Parts: sequence; structure tokens; C-alpha cells
Amino acid sequence: MADFPIKTMADYAAAGETPEILFWVGCAGSYDSRAQKVTLAVAKILHTVGIRFAILGNEESCTGDPARRAGNEFLFQMTALQNIETLKMYHVQKIVTACPHCFNTLKNEYPALGGTYEVIHHTQLLQKLIDEGRIKLKEGGTFKGKRITYHDSCYLGRVNGIYEAPRAVLAELDSDLVEMKRARSNGLCCGAGGSQMWKEDEPGQKRINMERAEEALATKADIIAVNCPFCLTMMSDGVKAKDKQEEVMVYDLSELIVNNL
Amino acid sequence: MIQQIAFCIVSIFALGFAGWQFINIRRNILLGQSEKLELNAAQSWRNVLLVAFGQQKMFKNWIPAVFHFFIYAAFVITQIELIEIFLDGFTGIHRFFAPMLGGFYTFVISFIEILSLLAFVATVIFLIRRNILKINRFEKPEMHGWPQRDANIILMLEIVLLIGIFSMNGADTLLQSIDSQHYPDTGKLAVSSWLGPAFFGGMSEGALHLTERFGWWLHILTVFAFLNYLPISKHLHILLAFPNTYFARQKPRGEMDNMPEIMNEVKAMMGLAEPTDTTELPEFGANDVFSLSWKNLLDAYSCTECGRCTAACPANLTGKKLSPRKIMMDIRDRAEEAGQNLRKGKDEFKKDPALPLTKDNYQDGKSLFDYISREELHACTTCNACVEACPVLINPLEPILKMRRYEILTESAGPAEWMPLFNSIENGGSAWAMSVDRDAWARE
Repeated sequence: MADFPIKTMADYAAAGETPEILFWVGCAGSYDSRAQKVTLAVAKILHTVGIRFAILGNEESCTGDPARRAGNEFLFQMTALQNIETLKMYHVQKIVTACPHCFNTLKNEYPALGGTYEVIHHTQLLQKLIDEGRIKLKEGGTFKGKRITYHDSCYLGRVNGIYEAPRAVLAELDSDLVEMKRARSNGLCCGAGGSQMWKEDEPGQKRINMERAEEALATKADIIAVNCPFCLTMMSDGVKAKDKQEEVMVYDLSELIVNNL
Repeated sequence: MIQQIAFCIVSIFALGFAGWQFINIRRNILLGQSEKLELNAAQSWRNVLLVAFGQQKMFKNWIPAVFHFFIYAAFVITQIELIEIFLDGFTGIHRFFAPMLGGFYTFVISFIEILSLLAFVATVIFLIRRNILKINRFEKPEMHGWPQRDANIILMLEIVLLIGIFSMNGADTLLQSIDSQHYPDTGKLAVSSWLGPAFFGGMSEGALHLTERFGWWLHILTVFAFLNYLPISKHLHILLAFPNTYFARQKPRGEMDNMPEIMNEVKAMMGLAEPTDTTELPEFGANDVFSLSWKNLLDAYSCTECGRCTAACPANLTGKKLSPRKIMMDIRDRAEEAGQNLRKGKDEFKKDPALPLTKDNYQDGKSLFDYISREELHACTTCNACVEACPVLINPLEPILKMRRYEILTESAGPAEWMPLFNSIENGGSAWAMSVDRDAWARE
């Protein structure tokens, strides 16, 4: 639970006000217990720097990404058009989200359905806040000198070309950033995209998340940093399966920042 | 004179037959649906220049990129010499350009020779990579049999081509000092000025003359063979890479094509639009080449089966059946099959016997699903690694997603595990069925 009030768009509307930005939480961010911590971290950062943000609460629906990539266009259109109506009602123009799948769908796919917004991923916002000096990290923070490896999510990295903002944020932590062999545009998927999150892997020799977790562990990093709730689950599962969960932590970027504010 | 006549006859047949084959390929590509590509011409030309001409994406992997560049550069620059071979062939003049260009001729031919020598080295290295080192991406199941043989045939043809060039030029340099009347001075050529004496030194004038003619004919006949072999080979990329990069999609990578017919139906359901007349039960997605777009088919014909996509595919490299390269190969095979059947024009392929056989009235009891299994389609994580990897901007992800759409929307099939996902989105607006408020995390 947050130790500060988190207002919804409806709260703002009732008070006759408009927030600066909508924080799109997403399904994982709302319901997955691990991803909820990321949601709280993002909310805390927004609150701390004094950005007036709102969430949609129960008025938010799945963006439709998993339905669309599974092939269920009908369901995608239903949930997407519903969301676009909601966003229109609140005159939403700016959206920040901690999920690269929501980010991609809102940014790249909603325009064709009639919903055009300025959409940013939380790692971009973090970089901007750091650049503007609005986020000030503690001297000699918790992660100083720690080895961190960064896992590019497909939908932030390869699909939307955002490789540097998250790395710039990590550089602020005074930690030792080590790259995996497959990084940036060559980054390896965690295995969850394309609606794989909701099904078992097809028959094969190995799970994809194990392949990636092994690569991350090979860097001897203390922390695996991610930017996506699905990568968070997949990488955590992989680390656990290797029985390394005591030594190696998997964190979202926002959690690393919030711990050093 | 006999040689001129022979040359004319061979050229007409070779070019004519190749032309006919290329027309068929164009027809097969147009079996696909029309698609508005919304291209920015400047960006398209930039892609052609950087990605096709400049081979920008090859240089992600330096070793094959450099050797590939040797062969490519030799191929492009040899076209200059080919112009002269054609002129010589038709006119009966020996080395048409030599007297008029003088020193510049020496420079151009020497340049071609050096590149040809580098191409020879590269070709041998590529043969070693494929057959002795057995580089992993060349050893996948879809490469067994014909694809493997196809690759070797191409490399062997390249070697034959180079043997032709160097026999021709090598013998020529020796003949120039014996019979300068018929063999105009080419100047000192970079490679054959030492290769010629080394291989053919001490041969009689007659033997040299024969060697020169042998080289000349070997070269041009291999070129014709090559041209006619291209349409059935993966090597077609040397031509199609250019249009394929021009027509490559420019929309954001993360944007799946919208389906306006479904959007309008949903809008009508929500009271946001007038209902459209839907008396005909439409088919959604793609189950065959006819329901893919022509660009998807151009992609398939542009594929040279290098396997960079498959080597980067997370599903493939963890042992799943999916291989993006195989998807492209399957689409091309299916387009060939349907194209050939349509060309034969047999009545058995008519959907409605009363109508003429066209792509809209075609049925052979098969579909792309006979080539591509559900297991392959279901293994894709849509990570775009294959799209990123392709050196000629092929998009293997698009057909995969179109076939998923067919499976879910038209057949109401697909992985059973996705049913709860669909149900919870439809009923609860969430990817997981939850009984608590969506913002409980903020309040509890």
C-alpha cells in the first residue's frame, strides 16, 4: 500500500481538475504481486518529484496486446475501443506506463483505432527526471559498486528502439553495469511475449527464460535489471530454477531508483 | 561467323526462357492480396541504397559480411565486362572496348580481375563453411536435401564462372604477343598477366586460341545458365533484394496491421458506428498464399535461406520447431505449387467448375497449414529478432501472426490455454481473472 493518496481520473474529474499525466498501470502492474511493487515504486517516484498523476482504477482495461498477438483481433478491438472511449472521456493526452507491451499498443496501435496520445515508458520518464535534476539520488547509494546487468525487453528495445534511456538511468546508480552477450538489438527475449505468458512453451529442449537467465547469471551480476513485468516474472523464475535467488536479485529499474531517493 | 550465329541463338533462347520464368515469378507474387504499403519514397530509396546496395545489415557479422561483399562487388562490377562480351559476341570483334579505352581499359579489367580473385577466395571459404565447418545455421532440418544442394550449386557455378574469366584473360595476354593483329593490347592486367604465363606458358598458338575461346564461351554460357537457374534457386535474392528493401514496411515495428472490417463491426456493436452489411461470412487472417499480401510473397521469394533469423529466434534456439526461415521457404514452396497448378489450367483445381480457373477460383485441397504446423505458429514470442536479423528486410513475423489470426478468428481453434486469457479479458477487462479491484494495490 502506498503511504500517500493515489487518485483516479474520476477523483480529479470530480474536483474539476486535470492531472499532468495518466499512469497506465496495466494488468500485471495491477494484479501480479511482484509487479505491484514496481507499480508502487513508479507511483512513489511520481509523487516524490511532485508530478500530479492519476490512474484509471477500475476504468482501465487490458490494452488488448495479448489478445491481438494470439490472433484474437475481435477481442483486441473490443477492449481497445473501450479504452479509447474512456481515455476520450477524460481528455487524456499524456500517458506513462511501466509495461512495454501496454506502451507499444497505446503508442503504436491505438492511433489506427482513433486514439492518439503522447505515450512514454517509465524508463524514459526516469531519464528525463534525472536529466532535469528532479530526481536526486543519495550519495553512495545501496547499489554503489554492485554489478548490474540490464535485460532489454523486446517491446521497449528491438520493437521501439529504446536502448539508451534505461542504461542512462542505471549509470546514475554508481554501479558496475555489465552487458550480456546478447544485448540491445540482439537482446534475447525472456520468452513471455506473443501471449506465451499464458501458455506452456511448445515442446523443445529448454525454456526460453532459462536460456536468458543463464546468460544473465554468466555475467556474475548481483542484480538483473528489467523494464517489463513479464520479463520480471520470467527472469525471477529462471534465477529461482537455478537456485540463485539468494545471491542474485531481479529488479525493475524504478525499484532501483526508488531505493536511492 | 559461326560463333556469332551460335551466340545470337543461345542468347535469344537463354534470355527468352529466363524472361518467361521471371514473368511466372511475378505472377506468383501477385497471387497475394493487394496491400497499401504507405511508403515514404525517400525512406524507400535510403533502404535500397544502404541495405541492398550497401549491405548495411550484413555487417552485424563481420566475417561473412566481408567475404559476401567480395562476391557481391565482383558480381556487380563484372557486368561491365559482360557488356563487352555481348558486343564481341554479336559483332565478332575481339575486345570491343580495348583499342578505344586504352589505359582505362587496363584499369577496369584489372579491377574486375582483382575482385574476381577475392570472390574466388570467398567462394572457397563459403564452401568450406557450409560443407566442412558446418556452421550451425546451415544445418537446421529445413536445409537438408535441396536447399543444401542449391547453395552448393550456386557456389560451384561461381567458381566455373571465374575459371572462365581467367582462362579467357590468361590465354589472351599470351596471344597478344604472338598475334597482335587479332588480339589488341589490353595493357598489363593485374591478375592474368602473371596467371596466364604460369598456367598456359609454353602452349602452342592453336592451343592458346582454343583456351581463350573455351574461357569466353564457358563464361557466357555459365552466365546464361545462372540466369535461368536463379528463378528456382534461393539465389534469387541478388535481384529481389532491391525491390524487397524498397517495399519494406516503414510503419512502427510494433504495429500489427489493423483489421478495419473487425473494427467497424465492434464499433457497431458498441453503438459507435453504423452496422455494415455482413451477409457473407468472411474469412479472417491467412491460411494460404492467396490470403497473405503480395509483399509477404515477395519476402518469401527474396529469402536466400541464410538463416540469420532462425539463429536469432529464441524459440528455435531453445529447440522448438519454429524456424522463421522455414516459414519463408514454405510460403515460397506453396506459391510455386499453386502458381504451377494455375498455369497448367486443369479443371480439377477449379472451386466452381462453371467458372474459369483463376486465383479466386482455385482449390487443390491444400493450404499453408499443410506446410506450416500449428506448433510452429504457437511457439512465436513476437520478439522481432527475426525481423531485426534479416539482411534484406524480410518480415517473417507478419505471416505468422496472420496465420494465428486465421486459426483463432476463422477456425475458432488455437491453444486451449489461451481460452482463460480471452475469457478474462472479455468478462473482466483483465488478462487474469481477478475478483478484487484493479487499484487494490493502492488501497490495501
